[in-house]
Amino acid sequence: MTVWHKLRPYSMVAPAIIIFSLFFIYPIFYMIYLSMFDWNFVSPTKAFVGIQNFVDLLSEPEFRQVLSNTTLYTLLTVTLTTGLSLLLALWLNRGNFFYGIVQGAIFSPHIISLVSISLLWSWLMDPEYGLLNWVIGLFGFAKLQWLSHPSTSLISLVIVAVWKGIGYNTLVFIAGLQSIPADIYEAASLDRSRPWTTFTKLIMPMLSPTIFFLVIINMIGSFQVFETIAIMTQGGPVNSTNTLVYYIYEYGFRFFKIGYASAAGVILLFIVGILTIIYFKLLSNRVHYR
Amino acid sequence: MAQILLKSISKKFKDETVIEDLNLEIKDGSFTVLVGPSGCGKSTTLRMVAGLEKQSSGEIWIDDVCVNDTPPGLRDVAMVFQNYALYPTMTVRGNIEFGLKNRGVSKSERGKLVKDISEIVGLAPYLDKKPQSLSGGQRQRVALARAMVKQPKVFILDEPLSNLDAKLRNQMRTELIQLHKRLGTTFVYVTHDQVEAMSMGDEIVVMNMGAIQQADSPMKLYQDPANLFTAQFIGTPAMNIMNMQEVQGLDIRSDRPVGYVGFRPEQGLMNPAQQVEGLELKGEILTRESLGAENIYQIRSQAGVFFVKTFLKPLESADHVNITIPYNELFYFGTDGERLYGAGIHARHLAAGGVLI
Repeated sequence: MTVWHKLRPYSMVAPAIIIFSLFFIYPIFYMIYLSMFDWNFVSPTKAFVGIQNFVDLLSEPEFRQVLSNTTLYTLLTVTLTTGLSLLLALWLNRGNFFYGIVQGAIFSPHIISLVSISLLWSWLMDPEYGLLNWVIGLFGFAKLQWLSHPSTSLISLVIVAVWKGIGYNTLVFIAGLQSIPADIYEAASLDRSRPWTTFTKLIMPMLSPTIFFLVIINMIGSFQVFETIAIMTQGGPVNSTNTLVYYIYEYGFRFFKIGYASAAGVILLFIVGILTIIYFKLLSNRVHYR
Repeated sequence: MAQILLKSISKKFKDETVIEDLNLEIKDGSFTVLVGPSGCGKSTTLRMVAGLEKQSSGEIWIDDVCVNDTPPGLRDVAMVFQNYALYPTMTVRGNIEFGLKNRGVSKSERGKLVKDISEIVGLAPYLDKKPQSLSGGQRQRVALARAMVKQPKVFILDEPLSNLDAKLRNQMRTELIQLHKRLGTTFVYVTHDQVEAMSMGDEIVVMNMGAIQQADSPMKLYQDPANLFTAQFIGTPAMNIMNMQEVQGLDIRSDRPVGYVGFRPEQGLMNPAQQVEGLELKGEILTRESLGAENIYQIRSQAGVFFVKTFLKPLESADHVNITIPYNELFYFGTDGERLYGAGIHARHLAAGGVLI
């Protein structure tokens, strides 16, 4: 009786703990372990190489380009998604006629699977028969190569990510804006505050927890981008859209250099870990402003 | 200092008319209280004066300027909100000087003004705190200071005391009265609490269903209500109102039919020792409330249930009592609820009755 009494809470959380350990904790440690070996997945022997995988990775120009691609992709995606969503939210929050329609329209990409979205945009961005080039042609501009040229391939992927993410971000911003009481705006108007002053001095600070939340969530998501790249570009052309997760996938499951891929995984874990820590630090400091 | 004039103001929200043809003059330097039950349009009226709400038709004048198209910030009014509406991300100082910054007041001038104001309202030690670390009363003071520092022509206060506890409310009430005396600025104050209205206002505007029922000084409202609504809204307990058909022994002379007769609870004399000329009601005491200096009885009579208030008298223990209301303390209302000023007790009756008290 008393033993069961003591065990009961643990038995309640056991399923979650077991699943979490099995599919999250164990793989993380196994990945860190593998990152110190040279192994091809099938060979019965693993050769211990210490930190050699990391040394190889960091001296590899291809990997450095992957890192810079990922960073650039993340910066562009996060800035554009957050910025555009904020503008859209400010516009929609005025409660005009378009509210229902636009909100529904921009939110729908969020619920479509990324695979469908990738295929859809591959067609839209087709240099010869794509809708985008047709529209550009109507305005008399030269056709763009979109995904097929290194100079536009990454930005094309950014466009897809922004298109996909903007609905959710706008929704969160609108929720944030609506938590600001109406009398704050009224008090500001009585204080002769101009719209820009109201926005920068009152709205932005009150919205800052929402902004931080979205920036960090978007950054973590962008660093792990995979589906669109796997389907639309496979990292090309000439490595211009190769990002961390796709790189890991290629080395792990196509070239079977599992130790090397694990080392890249550890680096990704490190980056995302830092972002998460920043997120929780900022969250605990900034969110309790009321 | 400013007088405010509302000329045939109407306000519609979509199809619903909230205020219909409202005319009101708020005197320069007065402490005018708009009072009425919730949904009577008092807050809407106030917000239209502040410019936060646009009237559907009519004109609003502040002094000699029609402010119909003047944005709130340029009307020279300051407002204290029910929930204070302080800027949560700014310090107390930031809150107070935000309006000054927007007007381009220099930094040294701002510092001086903020210092003066914060000493008046007792906020000096809290200037660098955020509003959320202050108590309700302190937040209220920040809201007041933020309004005062702009030295506006008109102060607008929208139920500013309703979020405070009873003791603090009484204290702030006195402070506001003193503040008004000191500044001499026009105050427009909205409340649903008639006690607050009576104790603070020198002009009270009683509103109901979007129309002004009566605008008068507190004592005038109490002693001379213009209609049933005002009579029953002002006073605790409210004026006793009886349907004329249920009251016996009244011979009323009136050019219009009398629908209701009323009297103030404190005017009912319980078991009077001397003969008093008046309406006599026999009744049974239902409840007794003893408040120390005064007692309030709920009494059931043939004419209905009513209240009687006595002062400095021992609590009545008998179950059945006689209540006499002197004739000149009776109020008569028409069937439409309007006061019948001409009505009175028939002369013959008075002559037969003898001495009038």
